[in-house]
This record gives sequence, C-alpha cells and structure tokens, in this order.
Amino acid sequence: MTPASTALSAPVSAASGKLRYLGYAVLLLAVCALPFLVSNYRTFQLTLVLVYAIALLGLNILTGYNGQISLGHGAFYAIGAYVAAILMDKFGVPYYLTVPVAGVVCLGVGFLFGLPALRLEGLYLALATFGLGVSMPQLLKDKHLEHWTGGVQGIVILKPDPPFGLPINQDQWLYYFTLAVMLLMFLLGWNLLRGRVGRSLIAIRDQPIAAEAMGVNNALYKSLAFGVSAMFTGVAGALGAIAVQFVAPDSFNIFLSITFLIGIVIGGLASIPGAIYGALFIQFVPNIADQLSKAAPWAIYGVFMIGFMYVMPVGVAGAIRIALARIRHRTKGGGGSQKS
Amino acid sequence: MSTRKLLVSAAIVGLALGSSAAVAQKKYDPGASDTEIKIGNIMPYSGPASAYGTIGKTAAAYIKKINEEGGVNGRKINFISVDDGYSPPKTVEMARQLVEQDQVLLIWGPLGTPPNSAIQKYMNAKKVPQLHVYTGATKWNDPQHFPWTMGWQPSYQAEARNYAAHILKTKPDAKIAVLYQNDDYGKDYLKGFEDGLGAKAKTMIIAKASYETSDPTIDSQIVQLQGSGANVFFNITTPKFAAQAIRKAYDIGWKPVQYLNSVSASIGSVLTPAGLEKSVGIISATYLKDPQDLEWANDKGMNEWRDFMKKYYPDGKLTDVFNVSGYGAAQTLVQVLKQCGDNLTRENVMKQAANLKNFELNVLLPGIKINTSPTDFAPIEAEQLARFDGKEWVRFGEIIGK
Repeated sequence: MTPASTALSAPVSAASGKLRYLGYAVLLLAVCALPFLVSNYRTFQLTLVLVYAIALLGLNILTGYNGQISLGHGAFYAIGAYVAAILMDKFGVPYYLTVPVAGVVCLGVGFLFGLPALRLEGLYLALATFGLGVSMPQLLKDKHLEHWTGGVQGIVILKPDPPFGLPINQDQWLYYFTLAVMLLMFLLGWNLLRGRVGRSLIAIRDQPIAAEAMGVNNALYKSLAFGVSAMFTGVAGALGAIAVQFVAPDSFNIFLSITFLIGIVIGGLASIPGAIYGALFIQFVPNIADQLSKAAPWAIYGVFMIGFMYVMPVGVAGAIRIALARIRHRTKGGGGSQKS
Repeated sequence: MSTRKLLVSAAIVGLALGSSAAVAQKKYDPGASDTEIKIGNIMPYSGPASAYGTIGKTAAAYIKKINEEGGVNGRKINFISVDDGYSPPKTVEMARQLVEQDQVLLIWGPLGTPPNSAIQKYMNAKKVPQLHVYTGATKWNDPQHFPWTMGWQPSYQAEARNYAAHILKTKPDAKIAVLYQNDDYGKDYLKGFEDGLGAKAKTMIIAKASYETSDPTIDSQIVQLQGSGANVFFNITTPKFAAQAIRKAYDIGWKPVQYLNSVSASIGSVLTPAGLEKSVGIISATYLKDPQDLEWANDKGMNEWRDFMKKYYPDGKLTDVFNVSGYGAAQTLVQVLKQCGDNLTRENVMKQAANLKNFELNVLLPGIKINTSPTDFAPIEAEQLARFDGKEWVRFGEIIGK
C-alpha cells in the first residue's frame, strides 16, 4: 500500500496559486448556495455527506497517512453520536456544545485504544479494531447502560432551530452548521498533516525503523494518530446524530466501519479531498444501487466498487491528481516539468 | 382608481372567490390529488421479524383489488411499501424518505414497537398521520400528546392482564417464568402482566429472562427458565423466537402451562415451524377469525378472504392468521379514506380515523367491532382466549373488553 504521499503540494507558480484560491472561493460559494437550490431531503443528504467527510478524514489520518488499518471506526462514530445524544437528551446541553465534548471524549478513548494497539501491526491490528467495531452495538444495548443509552429503542433528539431568527429552515441551518465545523476540522487536519507531525506519520507508515532511527517517537505518534483520528470521527458522529435526530445501537454496526474503509479507499488514501469524494460515494451510491435494482442493490453496489477500483486504483483523488498532472504536462509542451 | 380598473378588479376577485368556492370541497395535502392517493408503508421484509412481511404483501394485494374495482372515491391508491428490517434507524430513514421525497399523504401500518417509537416524534412534528401502527403497545393510544399516531390492534397490556386474570382464576399458586424481548414491546406486555397479577406479581413470577432481536437463538434462556422450576410460562416473543422457544421447551422436557402473546399466535408462521405436536396446550388471545378454525370453514367473510388470497396473493399462506390481519387492517384504511371523501388533508384523515363507529370487519370475531373517537385511539379493544389443540385454536370463555 503505497499511495502518493505528497497530496499537499505547494502551488507551481504564484499565478496558478491565485487562480487556485479563486477556484476555491467559487466552489465555496456554490456549496453554500446548494441548500437553496435543492429540496430539504437532499439538503439533509448533503449534510450527511459533510459528516462522513469528517469521519473519513479521521480514518484517513490513521490509515492513509499513518498506515494503521482500522476496521472499527464505526465505534468511535457511535461514541461521538451517543455522547451528543445523551448530553442533549438527559442533560439539556445545547447541540453546538456537544460537538467539542464528543471530540474530546473520543480523543481520549482513541488514544487509550491506540496504546495497547501499538503491539499490533497490519492484519492483527485490523482484527483488534474489528473486535471493537463488532462489539459496539451489543455494548450499547447492554442492560446496565440502558438507562443512559435507551437500549435497543435508542434516543430521539430534537432538531435544533436556526439561531437569531434567521430566515432559513432547520435542515438548511444544520447544513451550514455542519459545513462550518467541517471546514474547521479540515483546516485542522490540513495544518496537522502538512507540518512535522504529518511527515512523522508518513515516515512511520513507510519506514518505521528508519523513522525511529531519525528520532521520531513512533509510540507517541502512533497513539496520537489513533487519538486524533478518533476525535475527527467522534465529531462526525455527534454531527451525524444531530442531523438524523436519532441514535440507536443498530445504526452503528460493523458495516458502518467497513463503509468508512470503503470510503477512504475509493476517495483516495492519504488525501484530504479524497475524504469528500469518498463521502459522496458512500452516501449516494447505495441509493443509486437501490434505484437500479430492488432485488439485489448490494450486488450493484459491489459492481460500482469494483468498477471504481479498476478504473481508479489510487482512488478518485489520485485519479484526479494524475489527470491534472497529465494536462499540465501536455500544456507545458515538450518542456517536461515534474508533476507536483 | 378608474371605474374600469375597479370593475376589472372586482371581476377578478369575484372569479377567484367563485373558483375557490368550487374547489373548496376538494382539499388536498401532499400525496393526494384528483386521481391518486399516495400512501407509505414500512414493513420488516428482511431481518429478524421478516415473518411479518407477509402482512405488507397482503395489504398491498388488497389495495390492488380495491384499485381494480375503481379505487376509493374515484382515486387509485399508490401504495409505497418499503423495508426497514425491523431496525429503528432504518425506519427513521425510510419515514423521512416517504414523507419528504415521495411526499406521501400518510404512513399506514408501520410495523413493530421499536420502529414506530423511533419515528413517532418525527411524524407528529411533521403532522403526518402515523396510522394503524402495527403494534399493540399501549403508548399509541395517546391522542393528547401524539394526535397523529393511532394503533389498530388490541393493547398488549390489556392482553397480558387477561392472561394474569386467567392464571389467578385457574392456578392461583402458579410459579411463573417469563421470557420477553428486551424492548418497549416486550416490556409493555410484562408491565400489563405484572399489573394484572397485582400484589402477587412478586411472589408468583419466579424467573424472568430477556433476549435481543440480534441474538441468534434463545435456547439458553429457555434452559435457565426451566431450571427455576416454574410450571407456568409467559412467552413474550416475536414469531422467529416464539418458534424457537416452543420447540426448545418441548425438547428439554419442560411442560409448563404456556401463554403465548398474540403477536406470535400464527399457526402457519410459528406453530408449524415449532412443531404442531409441541404446541399443544398453548393459550393465547385472539380477535381475528383463525383460518384453521373449523368453525369458520364455511364462513362467508372468511371465504371472501380465501377467494381474495387465491386471486391477488396466491403465494400467501391460507393457514397464516397474519394474512387475515393484514386484510382486515387494509379494509380499515380503505374505510377511513372513504369517509374522507374529497377532503384529503392529513388533518381530515386523522379526524375520520377517530370517527369509526361500530365498524365491522367480516374477519373479526363476531361481537368485536371497531370504535374510535377523539379520545379513544384504540380501534380494536376486545379479545377472546383460545387454546391450541394440535390442529386449531379452540376459543373458550367470553369476549373480554369493549
């Protein structure tokens, strides 16, 4: 597994840099205008795309950049969701405060899980995380915790209203709220990954012994990667709970963990925009598959997955990068500058 | 304003008022139109409660029959039935999809206590009828807090109280073991049972065991209950687990007096897989005519049902009381829609649903009628106890309840 590690390249020249920022601004405007152009239900689905993007970025930090496979990230998503739901339902905490609390709780849980996980590599780590993911629904249904978690019935939470009497409806407000948190988390992630920490994580992934020899504290960074990754996914879980207004143990089964893994691989490992492509895939492709075939939607889903993997083995983000590089190469003529 | 402009304005206003008066009789909410009524339905076609999926198929078949006969008040019913796998999060997703994407007029007959609990607040917040929910949990009869939710079946607590009363009368020194599904439905039955036993509940119930729908089997719970030495067994389980419980109890040689909740009292779906000879003696409550009961072999209403099944749902089992239930419930829906006439607003749907007076179904036991009112959101309230003799449910005693 050696995806390209330089997803955070600097602009080739000042002019193209300005163009890039303009492009981002236009994209941001388009994204902000969406809730007014589509139905409420579609806005709700797009809010979930943003939520999954945060979760996938979290998983990507751990698996894509740091090489630790996790088949149990659904568990951190569940913890984040339940923290938010319990705080809102039992303690009347306002929804926006539950998000950072969920993040902090998951940071702690993730770090604590990462410590013993240091002993495990590759497949064995995957199995350990699988164990976490598969046990979470039953833990949530446990009789002793039922008073808090609501057992199999789950917890229903109320949709927040837009503040300051803004003339938008609840779904639109949730979209903007989630968008704001997502941009913040992505900024956080980008900052983390482009600096020393990011390089250490990548070094540990590619050449752990050399990294250790160069002075990187493998144990600390690997556990931190788990913690930070869990934090991102926990924040996503809290936002997801608020958007769906309902948490129940069966929402967070092992299939969710596997879906996250599918998302980052298809979106593009070790890529920040890859999280967004992956989120679009895991949210919309099952719906498309359902429309194409009532009898065997999962077979269609499988065909889509295999198709994507075949056509774009480095994920959507990787394919876009390669395509852009080819275009740039061609427009530069025979000069043949390096792809960035 | 000039005279001409005044006349024109007056004419326009007059026309507008006139035309609105003409369409005032026809009122539509999303999902209803001159030609169609869109109705959503959520059933567990897959998952641990998939035995109930046949109810959705029967209802859909009945709607097809109604459409072929001209529809309701000239409108065809577009019955959109989706699968939630008895999983509350999926039910939430499906309810949102039906209401916001498919724009249905109402959601009819969503099945299961946990699924309905998950969408109750949403349906009431959106003011979309959650009509004839397929569960007997007592909480659906709460028009004051949840005016958009209404049940259909007799309440679980009332049924359990009937069993408790029967035990107190026939076996006052019984030692009772209870197996229940660990969710609102199981706990509702348990509460009714304990209430019915009153002060003696603590001394009479000597063992309780619960299970989750995600459990593959409940064999260990049965063994545990046998170990308690109980001689009466209250079996609060959904069909798949009921069949397992009945079979296991017999196989380990435990022969208590068994009370089985009515939601699993189907010969075709539960007793046959369990083993008919293993189910002899089980007591349950019923409000529908059982298709195996010889008394209804030539009953006009049941023959109509049999003809309907053969023509519109030939794959459906004629031994399964679930198919009788779906037929009866669908008939109740059609009656509500008929009473709505041309006023197909969601508000009027609930108003007419709460306005059924002595409505009779030819598949309900004689003497049981459907009655609703703005303070009574429980359409069917009466039941009769019955005992399985190896071939059919033999009713005994009187019809209990209103």
